[in-house]
Amino acid sequence: MITGYIFDIKRFSIHDGPGIRTTVFLKGCPLSCQWCHNPESQKSTPELIFHPHRCIQCGTCLPACPNNAISKKNNSYLTNRDLCRICGACVDVCYPDAREIVGRKLTPAEVVEEVLKDQVFYDQSNGGVTYSGGEPLHQLEFLKECLRKSKEKDLHTALDTSGYALWEDFLELLPYIDLVLYDVKIMDNQLHQKYTGVDIHLVKENLTCLVDSGKKVFVRYPVLPGVNDSREQIQNLGAYLSGLKGISRVDLLPYHAMSAEKYSRLGRQFNFGSNHAPRIDELQKIEKQLGRFGLEVSIGG
Amino acid sequence: MEKSTRISELQSRSRAAQPTLDPERAQLLTRFYMENAPREYSSPKIRALTFSYLLENKTISIAENELIVGEKGSRPKAAPTYPELCCHTLTDLQILDQREKIPFRVDEQTTQIYQDEIIPFWKDKSLREIIFREMSKEWIAAYQAGVFTEFMEQRSPGHTVLDDKIYHKGMLDFRNDIQRSLEDLDFNNDQDAPAKKEQLEAMEITAQALINFSKRYVEMARKLAQKEKDPDRKKELEQIARICDRVPENKPRTFHEALQYYWFVHLGVTVELNPWDAFCPGHLDQHLQPFYELELEQGTLTEAQAEELLQCLWIKFENQPAPPKVGVTAHESSTYTDFVQLNIGGVKHDGTDGVNPISYMMLDVIETMRQVQPNPSVHISEVTPDEFLVRAAQVIREGMGKPDLFNSDMVVEEMVGMGKTLEDARQGGTSGCVETGAFGKEAYILTGYFNLPKVLEITLSNGIDPRTGKQLGPKTGNPREFKTFMELFDAYCQQLAFFINIKIEGNHTIERIYAEQMPAPFLSLLTDDCVSRGKDYHGGGARYDTSYIQGVGLGTMTDALTALKVQVYEEKNLSMAELLDTLENNFQQKEELRQMLLNRTPRYGNDDDRADDVMVLVFNAYLDAVDGRPNTRGGTYRVNMLPTTCHVYFGSMVNATPDGRLSGKPLSEGISPVQGADRKGPTAVLKSVSKMDQRRTGGTLLNQKLNPRVVETPQGLKKFTQLIRAYFKLGGHHIQFNIVDRETLLAAQADPDSYRNLIVRVAGYSDYFCDLTEALQEEIITRTEHQVF
Repeated sequence: MITGYIFDIKRFSIHDGPGIRTTVFLKGCPLSCQWCHNPESQKSTPELIFHPHRCIQCGTCLPACPNNAISKKNNSYLTNRDLCRICGACVDVCYPDAREIVGRKLTPAEVVEEVLKDQVFYDQSNGGVTYSGGEPLHQLEFLKECLRKSKEKDLHTALDTSGYALWEDFLELLPYIDLVLYDVKIMDNQLHQKYTGVDIHLVKENLTCLVDSGKKVFVRYPVLPGVNDSREQIQNLGAYLSGLKGISRVDLLPYHAMSAEKYSRLGRQFNFGSNHAPRIDELQKIEKQLGRFGLEVSIGG
Repeated sequence: MEKSTRISELQSRSRAAQPTLDPERAQLLTRFYMENAPREYSSPKIRALTFSYLLENKTISIAENELIVGEKGSRPKAAPTYPELCCHTLTDLQILDQREKIPFRVDEQTTQIYQDEIIPFWKDKSLREIIFREMSKEWIAAYQAGVFTEFMEQRSPGHTVLDDKIYHKGMLDFRNDIQRSLEDLDFNNDQDAPAKKEQLEAMEITAQALINFSKRYVEMARKLAQKEKDPDRKKELEQIARICDRVPENKPRTFHEALQYYWFVHLGVTVELNPWDAFCPGHLDQHLQPFYELELEQGTLTEAQAEELLQCLWIKFENQPAPPKVGVTAHESSTYTDFVQLNIGGVKHDGTDGVNPISYMMLDVIETMRQVQPNPSVHISEVTPDEFLVRAAQVIREGMGKPDLFNSDMVVEEMVGMGKTLEDARQGGTSGCVETGAFGKEAYILTGYFNLPKVLEITLSNGIDPRTGKQLGPKTGNPREFKTFMELFDAYCQQLAFFINIKIEGNHTIERIYAEQMPAPFLSLLTDDCVSRGKDYHGGGARYDTSYIQGVGLGTMTDALTALKVQVYEEKNLSMAELLDTLENNFQQKEELRQMLLNRTPRYGNDDDRADDVMVLVFNAYLDAVDGRPNTRGGTYRVNMLPTTCHVYFGSMVNATPDGRLSGKPLSEGISPVQGADRKGPTAVLKSVSKMDQRRTGGTLLNQKLNPRVVETPQGLKKFTQLIRAYFKLGGHHIQFNIVDRETLLAAQADPDSYRNLIVRVAGYSDYFCDLTEALQEEIITRTEHQVF
């Protein structure tokens, strides 16, 4: 049976496509964007996260660990991630949920069952399900099955993708997708490589193919002050997108710096240079600039 | 919409006025009772004559630049007292004067009047004392233990709403109706005819008393007009005189007359007695629309003038703080708000859309005035246009928790289910917090809050209250010996039936006391079919008669029982003995265990059937114990699921509970999940709470807290309205929102002076956050805040 790794299923998601939706977050991503606000989405396998503010210092986790990965230091319990095998023994005994394994193994049937719980809200709002990540295409077979089953239930389906995948893979999914939310992050390839770790060409090629296929596409552009918000960069973006002739909408997603804590929960450092959220007037300026290209632009999703 | 200079002035005077305790009513009443030995009259007559005397002698005033006249007390924010119902002691007065939150200033003269005249006369005679004397030992014990509260011990039942009758009839027409009923009395065959005669004559006295009262304003307005230098104000005063000369004696012809008439009636009801939730105008938008339309056509009124008049009415409501309470009631209902609810939108008597231009105008007024009172609610039916819901949502987004939202189709269904005609149901609506009633035709009385987790606590102690060691309930078995969850649940149901019986027995006595000793002839005049039946509102005169007992702590109760079911009986993670010992010690040294109960038990509010099924079990057991039982007025008992602020008081009377709640902490409120237990977002909450058959209640209250970012864009706002529509499709009765973030609430706690104007939703009403008790502030902060994703 096909299974996949999910790191979250969020109900009442209102910024990932039309109406009230449920967003299913698939784990694993070929990109490593420096600003990534879901660092737990990057690795394709389960990870241990630790919420220090929930810990009641009961110490139950220490003897529970079969790998001696946990030690006590100054009244706090530290995990040596090199020794940790993500077995979950400490999580089982951690009642305050300070320790948590992110990354649940689910079958497509289980995913869709959870999604269907909010059917009444989708009906009311013309909403549906959005598959996001990570990069959902990273788990192609699982994703395809989730989408197929969702369509079987007549759900409106959206795919939120970085675009960094093989076109053949997209082709397999297209029959089950109503809307693609497609990330374009930085127009300049050098910068793209620097900040995301990958080349932009594949992303651009796939977007061209997608538009040509006639699929409805909303482009999502994260606004990262000091990284991709210069007048020139926006000008390039506008020229590129309007040249594609078929982009329904561009959503500007303002960067927020609230994920630093998520990194520390994973035992990682957050090193993104830009640490301020774009101001509303900055966003409106970009909105206007892109609007001049005849694009429909909105702030937020 | 900008406020006019007049409105700004009136509003700032109202805001600046300090709530005081006004001894005038008490003093007049006491003198009247002393001079007119009540025994010479029947009780309806003495009450009618008292009413007349009060209206003849109370201080009246017309404030500078106001357009609608009349105050309940001798001046704005002066709260009269009702010693015939509940006589404040000198200690009460001192507390009211000096308490930090919701104070009422009591001057020395007032204290003196109380000491010399009021307290000596009403000692042993106030209804409150009579009621407590008449209650059984079991009742007193359960009351003191916090199993239930009693609504009628210091305010009269009231709790009702006006329909459209005053817009078609003047008080003279009411007098004619009474005359016809008197003529129809059959003294040969109806043994109650003499009593009906007394009742009807009493009603007629009150109708005339209200006319006479309005004439006092005519005289005053004329005198002021003569002296007035400003020609514009002079005209206004002359108009006030003309209006008060016209209404309430005759039916109103204009928008302004209609509003002034309602206001006189409102004052009448609230001067006669101190009814719960004051009095409400019901579907005021529908009532005013014909006047508005006609006057626009005739060119005698502009939109701006109509809006200003509505704003004047708003200020009148704000000027009437709820009469100061004493004892437990002061804890359970600590607010200046007197729960005057306005129903906006909804459906008309024929089921068509009730939204009209006044409905929109009222939403504008809410937004412009930003007041705690009145308490407007918006009623949404399948036929309500989206445009109206979106406009309401924009006002809600302002963050005052206003208006709250009702499902009018469900409200109608609930009433039809209780046996009301479809037409009466459609013209009904909600009042108080969320209670369903047929406006102008029903006595739907709240009798008290009922503490569900307390009954579980008593069950777990084999009938003993662990806080006092007293045997309160029957011995339903040592819980350590129960073999199955259902054995435990059966014991709970036995305890529940026992305490509900005590409550209802007590209610029977209290309802009889009100019917015999404290009739309300003026309120009866306004309630069908009191005139045609010749009976009082308190004595079965209303067409429909419902008594409600309001269940509190559903979420806490559900999570506690689920914890017992799952942890003790199914997974056997701990023994009953261990759990009970832990609860007794308030989880001391057992934080891990508490965390297990909190986080490893399915919790209500997450669309998880393992918990939600237990909620249904708890709700159905409560319904079985209460629903359909007869009251003394020819009607029946129904359940309501609302707490006002009683969940805080009840929580203080319950030790630690199996859901991980610490001793003394608030219970969950309304039908909402335990604060912070709902972790899957608002759709999951709405799914969970809809598993209850809300049709069978007379109202449920659901609080939701949203981060302001959810509704900041037009798309977000639209989705917010769709969330509401979907909840109503699922069978929800009511929902209200606090759109405020945690940081704001914390900041307001730390620096109240900078946040004096922060209004939040508490229960079925909004209040200034800084006026709430600390416990209630904390409770609101711990409610789950749904984020934007």
